Amino acid sequence: MSTIPAHDIDNTGDVPGKRAALVLGHTDFHQVTNTICRPNETRKPPMAWYIMFGISMLLVMNLGFVVHYLIFTGVGVWGLNNPVMWAFDITNFVFWVGIGHAGTLISAILFLFRQKWRTGINRFAEAMTIFAVICAGLFPGIHVGRVWLAYWLFPIPNQMAMWPQFRSPLLWDVFAVSTYFTVSLLFWYVGLVPDLATMRDRAKGKVQQMAYGLFSLGWRGSNRHWHRYERAYLLLAALSTPLVLSVHSVVSFDFATSQLPGWHTTIFPPYFVAGAIFSGFAMVVTLAVPARELFGLKNLITLRHLDNMNKVILVTGCMVGYAYGMEFFIAWYSGALYEKFAFMNRAFGQYAWAYWIMVSCNVITPQLFWFKKVRTSIPLMFILSLFVNVGMWFERFVIIVTSLANDFLPSSWDRFVPTWVDIGTMLGAFGLFGVLFLLFCRFLPMIAIAEVKGVMPQADPHWEGWHQSHGAGSNPAAAHSAQGDNS
Amino acid sequence: MTTLTTQTSAPSSTATSARLYGLVAEFENPAQIVAAAEKIRDKGYRYWDCHTPFPVHGLDKAMGIQRTILPVLVFVAGAAGCTTGLALQLFTNSFNFTIWALVWVTGYPFLISGKPALSIPAFVPVMFELTILFSALSCVGLMFLMNGLPRLHNPLFTCDRFRRASDDRFFISIEARDPRFYRSKTEADLKACGAAAVEAVVED
Repeated sequence: MSTIPAHDIDNTGDVPGKRAALVLGHTDFHQVTNTICRPNETRKPPMAWYIMFGISMLLVMNLGFVVHYLIFTGVGVWGLNNPVMWAFDITNFVFWVGIGHAGTLISAILFLFRQKWRTGINRFAEAMTIFAVICAGLFPGIHVGRVWLAYWLFPIPNQMAMWPQFRSPLLWDVFAVSTYFTVSLLFWYVGLVPDLATMRDRAKGKVQQMAYGLFSLGWRGSNRHWHRYERAYLLLAALSTPLVLSVHSVVSFDFATSQLPGWHTTIFPPYFVAGAIFSGFAMVVTLAVPARELFGLKNLITLRHLDNMNKVILVTGCMVGYAYGMEFFIAWYSGALYEKFAFMNRAFGQYAWAYWIMVSCNVITPQLFWFKKVRTSIPLMFILSLFVNVGMWFERFVIIVTSLANDFLPSSWDRFVPTWVDIGTMLGAFGLFGVLFLLFCRFLPMIAIAEVKGVMPQADPHWEGWHQSHGAGSNPAAAHSAQGDNS
Repeated sequence: MTTLTTQTSAPSSTATSARLYGLVAEFENPAQIVAAAEKIRDKGYRYWDCHTPFPVHGLDKAMGIQRTILPVLVFVAGAAGCTTGLALQLFTNSFNFTIWALVWVTGYPFLISGKPALSIPAFVPVMFELTILFSALSCVGLMFLMNGLPRLHNPLFTCDRFRRASDDRFFISIEARDPRFYRSKTEADLKACGAAAVEAVVED
């Protein structure tokens, strides 16, 4: 249980020939269930939860207001002008889609690579994905101007005999993001079903039992079911892996298939995917650090998990840094006047401040993660992850706004300045994300209970403890759990 | 293992009239359930199952479960998704003819930047996304259907002891409809496997 101290066990080092423990301080399965279910079963969440929920709720109310104001007035309330026809809306869209990618990476790609440490963090990383994609979906929805015609995005037979234009990357985006949302939701829900059954079986109240019972679909842990379940989970992971790569590639096509200098580059798809994973992992760290602290999950989301995530941030940060450099090289090497100008303008033009915030947050700060002291220091990693979040927001802003504001013809140049509606919508999306995430922390198991049990050494039928002593009476682990049950 | 108990979980007043659903045996750990599953399999039972809080490695083999055909079905669904994506885009953007799909609909060959009507490369992303969408939906849907879920009620849920199947205990259930099921003999079989407790479950 969470009362067992974690800090005297260091699982961040590697002993040759031995696997580092992923679950600390828990000697049997029942304790794991207790630790994970406690935040959902306590009468009241911690005070910090209420404070965060209050702030997020205020931001959501503000979001409701600004979105209504936008729809009733028109997109003129944003700071858009003639060359800069996309700004905060698409910046926020790309930012939130990117955040989502870490969840799918953890749940799908790390699963295929048999990275067992993913079990500690996959549940809430996947939840983060879903909520981030909800926030992302908001922006294209409202930026179309006439929201009531948003159904034109889909190939629905209509009286005008009008079809969407399938050669446009914007339409590919509709399909990519909606598929991504659906598949992420399925993946998350499939993982949740056995844990909802656990919650159902532990529920004290009738309402909880009914609700968890309904959504657990009558799961009874049957091994014949587990067999198909594991197959289906593997297939979903294998399907999500190319999907996640395709989604941000398609998002990057929105820019790359245009002819605008600064957008028209072939490096965009891999560069966007690396950036998405980079920002997403930073967001996972931002969320994991307070969550494990507040809800007593330090023995399940151990320092090793955080250390590993920081290594991923370092690697993807270097990839993003390489992409920044390569963009400049290609601009110079192409010899194209407009390309060269676009990049010089990024670094030294009217938005140079945004560019240098981006570079310092995304390229320079993650380099501190080369030091193990930084990777395993909770306050430092939290601060660095915030820096990365800010930097990645600015990356999208720089790509979108600087390229548009100063394009081919100097006479059409202009400057984008956000209005209060722009800023209100951006903050509102963070509020929406916060509310959804806090509700998730309160009502659903934050860690995949069944999966964490599966990576404990005790889960192996050949574990030495099971063969030293036959029979329950002399088994220390079993005896321990029996005691815990009586109390 | 000192107390081998057999009892019905339903109240005694209904127990006489209710039909027996089967027997449930409790085990302490993964090693025991794998060993027990091998023995039960070899006794020739058909309508039986193991219930575990997480998938136990090696239990599929111990139970003699055949590999599921789910991946084949998912492949078919994926191919259907890919074809749907191609057909949808060719119809709506490349040709001009009318078909009946719930309503009469007419395609329209878009001329965009002088690109050819049959611009297959531009259609690849949507084909890909629909392949994934169809595969994932059918993967999850078929998995639950083949498992007979959702089934919100099951006689096993009347057994209090069985609640720990989702926590830290491992169970074998043998249904009364199994041709080899004889209450006393089956109970003896389960006890011989090292069950910590055996309980009868009635239909309700």
